[in-house]
Amino acid sequence: MATLHDLKLSHRLFLQAYPFRHVDWSPGAQLKKRLQDATLTLISTAGLYLPEQTPFNHDIRSGDCSFREIPVETNIQDLLIGHPSPAFDKAGALEDRNLVFPLDRLRELVELGEIGGLSRRHFSFMGGIIAPGRLIKETAPEVAAKLEEDHVDAVLLAPA
Amino acid sequence: MGLIASVIEKAGIPTVSISLLREVTEKVRPPRSLCVPFPIGYPFGKPNDAHLQMHVIRQALALLESDGPLPMIEDFRPVQQATTESA
Repeated sequence: MATLHDLKLSHRLFLQAYPFRHVDWSPGAQLKKRLQDATLTLISTAGLYLPEQTPFNHDIRSGDCSFREIPVETNIQDLLIGHPSPAFDKAGALEDRNLVFPLDRLRELVELGEIGGLSRRHFSFMGGIIAPGRLIKETAPEVAAKLEEDHVDAVLLAPA
Repeated sequence: MGLIASVIEKAGIPTVSISLLREVTEKVRPPRSLCVPFPIGYPFGKPNDAHLQMHVIRQALALLESDGPLPMIEDFRPVQQATTESA
């Protein structure tokens, strides 16, 4: 497990002092099917995007709250990694995108019959958003609506 | 990321998140988290290690089927390596 002590002093002090927001999700949602019948979606905050998509904007000081849709048939090694944080060592993910976006593994789990299927689109956000107001009010709910549209049963999220 | 999970969960779709920083997860408190013992940038373990990546995913997805109280913050259980591949 990484701890705050693994981070550079400046990052550590920032995270220790940062007033993390909390969204009240209680009482929580229930998985309505067995995993082997469920449709899953993967969401990453590694700032992944396809070469033909608009890159994330690093000039927004509070963080770019937008998201990119990653079609299920994507060859994930084509994905570019837009996350600018120096705390994120990209070497491993550049070698194998499954390290941050394991769509190949999820396809294997579908083949093994351990999950029902994958939705037609998956999503990528930028991590380290300092002012998440627009994320909470706008872009995350937009993705939630798309998930409902795609009849998604459960979501796996991964940071960078 | 925990905030995105929270918004989606609130919309009625269950979520599970991989966590690289337990201290942050305990503050954001998303519904279900699997804390993994890997460095930042390595949420599913190691590059080109499908076996390890698969175990992380399976343990995370198992939390979706658990009846435990929420929020749920579990630690990844390392996988025992097979002692020998062949005789």
